[in-house]
Amino acid sequence: MRTIARFFASPALAGLAGVAVLLGILEAAIRWGWVNRQIVARPSDAVASLPLLIEEEDIFANFLVTLGMTGAAALIAIGVGVPLGYLLYRRRVLGEAYEGWLAAAFAAPLVLLYPLFLVIFGRTYFTLIIMGFIPGSIPIILQTRAGLSSVPRTLVNVGRSFHVTSRALFWKIMFPHAVPYIFNGVRLGVMYSLVNVVAIEYLTDFGGLGRIVSNTYFRYEIPSTYAAILFVIGVSVLFFWGFNRIERWLRPV
Amino acid sequence: MAQARVIRGSALAGAAQDRAVWQVRLVTVIACLVAWEALARSGLFYRDVVPSILAVGDALWRELVDPRFYRDLWFTFAEVVVGFAAGSLIGVAAGILLGTRSFLRRACEPYLNGIGATPKIVFLPIIFLVFGVGIESKMAKGALSAFFPAVFSTALGMMLINPVLLRVGRSFNLNGWQMVTKIYLPAMVGPVVVGLRLAMGVTVIGILVAEIKFANFGLGHRLMNDYSVFKIAPMYAVMLILFALAAFANWGMTRLQARFTYGGSTGGEAFHQTPR
Repeated sequence: MRTIARFFASPALAGLAGVAVLLGILEAAIRWGWVNRQIVARPSDAVASLPLLIEEEDIFANFLVTLGMTGAAALIAIGVGVPLGYLLYRRRVLGEAYEGWLAAAFAAPLVLLYPLFLVIFGRTYFTLIIMGFIPGSIPIILQTRAGLSSVPRTLVNVGRSFHVTSRALFWKIMFPHAVPYIFNGVRLGVMYSLVNVVAIEYLTDFGGLGRIVSNTYFRYEIPSTYAAILFVIGVSVLFFWGFNRIERWLRPV
Repeated sequence: MAQARVIRGSALAGAAQDRAVWQVRLVTVIACLVAWEALARSGLFYRDVVPSILAVGDALWRELVDPRFYRDLWFTFAEVVVGFAAGSLIGVAAGILLGTRSFLRRACEPYLNGIGATPKIVFLPIIFLVFGVGIESKMAKGALSAFFPAVFSTALGMMLINPVLLRVGRSFNLNGWQMVTKIYLPAMVGPVVVGLRLAMGVTVIGILVAEIKFANFGLGHRLMNDYSVFKIAPMYAVMLILFALAAFANWGMTRLQARFTYGGSTGGEAFHQTPR
């Protein structure tokens, strides 16, 4: 009895147990016909359809396609976003002129731009990459500017008192201070690139994981649809967890 | 005297800075328009892929005088209002619950973070299966999108409440409902409004994406309809209208936020936002 009490005293284990109980209830409700199995797949069926999904849809290869598109979009976003953020920091007028616009663009439905790129580039990987790049670059630009603007005046004055060059001042003092901010921007940029790449894959039935979710649904393979969704959730959790670990490592205090 | 001169000097410098900022913005807008028109006339793309500004302006006017446009606008508006209200109400209630129950919050947090970080668009098949492809599924998608920013901001707001306020409430023997209405909500109105602003943005996006995928009405459907029959200038016109409406919604929520938080916002808090 005490062991069970101790088990549930841990939030992580209690959360896990809660999910298991909910899945058990759902399984039973579908088995007994309380929930229509044409609408909701039994958790056991969804898990059982995973091997089929791996075999027929080659989900791991498609995962690599999504990963590749996201990676390419994120790399371009970093390559463009960090220098632009620096420019907006260096030229104060430009920073003030564009920061509000960029923040507004971040909240805007940028995903609606995809027909524009479909018209210009067609259903190609280039459309996926550019649609991942646009929303991914905005947080990187803004966070780079915020990070560089937050460098304490005292640190800059210390550098100047040692007569260091402007280049050394940037690389030895300003950039290290701004790294956690820039990384936060990169984390958000990568997450937004992933979200948009999957969204465009789903909307255009082209590419990796998003296409698989769309295809299985259109073939009305309900357990496979649920399994594909679970796979996408798993990938997102992996990204989220990985970036949090790196961020904690960069900002130990 | 010298102090007055310094204040006047800094005020003048501030005014010059503002003027320079507006000049940069104006030059940017003009440069974009000129670049667009040059691209339209360059022949680099297939005909009509980049229509001229005049053609887009004409299409914009035609959209605004078309009664069917207002039918679609009404559908999208209704979906946004219901989706946002349902998602944010459930999100705020769940956020209060998680904020007051530390154990529950720590138990649920990994799952909420996990689903919060997932592109919500992948849940569309489930939503279509459960709610059908009518207006209800778009409202449900909007509610799902609104839920996560609302629950995260509210839970965070609850954790930031000054413990002294909570002790005051308890010393007056307030019941649960009174604690929520008299202590929790007034004390965390700032984070909640920030969360609602973010929720509004992702609700609009979520609903438009659902309309693009599967609908017979709404502005997202209208956009895709124009794209599928290669009516490119009207497609750009609908896109412009949608961006303007999203900007208007964002501006309205930012105004509301400014009323409840200290100072304005440039969107820095958007970086605590979860993917849509």
